[in-house]
Amino acid sequence: MSESEKLHIFVLYVENQPGVLNRVASLFRRRAYNIESLAVGHTERPGISRMTIVAGISEGAAQRVEANLYKLVNVLSVEDVTHISTIARSVALIKVEAPEESRHRLMEIARVFRARVVDLAPNSMIIEITGTEEKIRALEDLLHPFGILEMVRTGQVVMTRGVKRARARQGETLSTDPGDSDVSHSV
Amino acid sequence: MRCRSPEVYKRERELRNVLKTGAEIIWECLERQGVKVVFGYPGGAILPTYDAMTRYSVHHVLVRHEQGGTHMADGFARAGGGVGVAIATSGPGATNMVTGIATAMLDSSPIVCITGQVGSKLIGSDAFQETDITGITLPITKHNYLVTRAQDIAPSLREAFHIAASGRPGPVLVDITKDAQNSTCEFDWDAAAPKVRRMEPVHFPKPDALEKALALINEAQRPVILAGHGIILSGAMQEAMKFAEKASIPVAETLLGLGGFPASHPLSLGMMGMHGEAWVNTAIQESDLLLAFGMRFDDRVTGNLKTYAPTAKKIHIEIDPAEINKNVRVDIPLIGDLREILQHLIPGVKQTDRGAWLAYIDSLKTDSAVRDIQNLPDSGHLYAAHVIHDLWRATHGDAVVVTDVGQHQMWEAQYYHHEKPRTLITSGGLGTMGFALPAAIGAKFARPDAEVWVVAGDGGFQMTMPELATIVQEKIAIKIAIINNGYLGMVRQWQQFFYDGRYASTPIISPDFAKLAEAFGIQGMSVRTRAEVGPALEAARNNPGPALIDFHVEQEDSVYPMVPAGADLHNMIRRPNPLVEKGSDV
Ligand SMILES: Cc1ncc(C[n+]2csc(CCOP(=O)(O)OP(=O)(O)O)c2C)c(N)n1
Ligand SMILES: [Mg+2]
Repeated sequence: MSESEKLHIFVLYVENQPGVLNRVASLFRRRAYNIESLAVGHTERPGISRMTIVAGISEGAAQRVEANLYKLVNVLSVEDVTHISTIARSVALIKVEAPEESRHRLMEIARVFRARVVDLAPNSMIIEITGTEEKIRALEDLLHPFGILEMVRTGQVVMTRGVKRARARQGETLSTDPGDSDVSHSV
Repeated sequence: MRCRSPEVYKRERELRNVLKTGAEIIWECLERQGVKVVFGYPGGAILPTYDAMTRYSVHHVLVRHEQGGTHMADGFARAGGGVGVAIATSGPGATNMVTGIATAMLDSSPIVCITGQVGSKLIGSDAFQETDITGITLPITKHNYLVTRAQDIAPSLREAFHIAASGRPGPVLVDITKDAQNSTCEFDWDAAAPKVRRMEPVHFPKPDALEKALALINEAQRPVILAGHGIILSGAMQEAMKFAEKASIPVAETLLGLGGFPASHPLSLGMMGMHGEAWVNTAIQESDLLLAFGMRFDDRVTGNLKTYAPTAKKIHIEIDPAEINKNVRVDIPLIGDLREILQHLIPGVKQTDRGAWLAYIDSLKTDSAVRDIQNLPDSGHLYAAHVIHDLWRATHGDAVVVTDVGQHQMWEAQYYHHEKPRTLITSGGLGTMGFALPAAIGAKFARPDAEVWVVAGDGGFQMTMPELATIVQEKIAIKIAIINNGYLGMVRQWQQFFYDGRYASTPIISPDFAKLAEAFGIQGMSVRTRAEVGPALEAARNNPGPALIDFHVEQEDSVYPMVPAGADLHNMIRRPNPLVEKGSDV
């Protein structure tokens, strides 16, 4: 990422159909924008999926990506939530070397991070953590000296705070005013 | 044996009426979309559809190459015929369409391409003539469909026509498997109406944006309107003229904007950009307000973006939000249909005297006139500019001219003065050589009563010349002017200017085009002097059938002025002025 670029988070509602992911991804590929993270899944509405895409691009590029995404017929709504107050989470499973002598230390670290030990084998354990990018990275850094054997991460999922959903329903408009009274604050 | 009740009988009869094969549904839909003509080429995967064709009224033009079919559909659409339709088989038939689809995409031309696909069970198995054509055309279509069931054909086709023609138009491809064509289902036209998937944003500028724009317009001392293809696509010719006249603002056109504003109008400056006249580009560079009407600031019209119209504020009226601030940062974007926006702006535009600005631009012309090839002493050589000028005269500027890509395309744009929209059809965005002949065939189907001229180079013509046979088979009277300079002229010109004159692979041999035409059963003529131009044009025009004239023109002439790619718009290479500069190359 160059200086003018920063991580932009796009939330898309799309029709759950073959090829839609390809159309969306192709838009980034064509412009040589790297997708940092991508999460797709069902929503509260049947037949409609939600994508969260994180890409490092400039502000101008983000505006055009948004406009171009909206030109895709299967895309029902697009929103760049980068500048909106949101909750962002991803999940990581980290398998670390865990001989008898370091187990205690590892469990202590997991507890501080509110992570969970989900598997314990004679010489390894799997730690599951849910959180922000920073939190997961911090845990990863701490586990490094113990020897990370394997790690898997989901893409980020993002939700705007408050009662309003991301621009989801047809015709519903979302105020992007950060001073919106509906916005709640982090707990 | 049990007797069936009358109700059951009735129901069965109804079913027989509404049950149709997928292939029949295709034609049924095309008919109901109002399609009168399609351009196609058969093959295995589309055979069921060809077989069903015999039961419908749509006229099928057998092309000689599927690329030609797509250009014909494109030319048909650009000439004003509505959405153009091209048909091909799977595999090579479909891939042959790619260039034509990309051409339509870059110039926002509404076409629907229907391709046959292998049976749905075989998809993904590298079956004979299977290609992933929806994957291949994904970035060069507005949308595409892979249809594997007969019942999905009508909804997909109806939506395809809607998408192709709405908003910013463009190509849509519908790939239909052979089993979908063969199987039967109930056909219900009404139920297949395009569904509203989402609220289409009704783009229209907010009142305060319009107010701000009006303030800039009314204050501007040196404004210029940049008239793009959008004027023609939105049908905003009247409004653009009203606007320009009321505010006394001069109008420069993009290549695809030519015809959107009458060339003979006193406010018309002519074409801008790489081969725009010097006064046009100078006016843009010195202006204090650019009004972009349905154009996209393509690099061929801006030159170096850093030095582009540095003192000008910019108002961009554009239907596609993705074009805003793409190449040029604008002060006021007005997103929406150009015609509607102009209708809202016109009442607020003040009548303003811009005599000084107009007179200044006029004064820039004098030097250019001296350099104009038409004013150079007759050297006995035939120049392309002469041919185009004489063609313009002979046709009273009324013909639909379809150009190919290269020097002749630019000379046509400079010397044929288009008064009406859709009278110049040319591949601007993709610059597709081989476009002219097939696109002209499509244009002729859209406007059978119009005089349709192809203006092509000797190089590009050879790319799609088999379509001469299509002309003959269809008995249509297209006139063809080949500007034969023995070179891939435009590339030669770049080699002359930027590669020290090393003409690597640009000299090109051609057949005797006049004889070739005769071999197809088309009148063929060869012209080598200015004196022969007029009589040959008249002979071609008087022929009720097709005719071809091979104009042997000056071989190493160049298109002037020229802004080298990426250079500042005001840094033009000018035609050497014979009165002051010696050693000219003309
Ligand atoms: C399909 C395709 N291939 C290559 C080019 C690059 N190109 C642009 S102009 C040109 C030369 C065209 O020669 P000709 O048709 O003789 O026209 P002229 O420039 O001589 O008038 C070429 C090769 C192109 N535009 N399209
Ligand atoms: Mg040539």
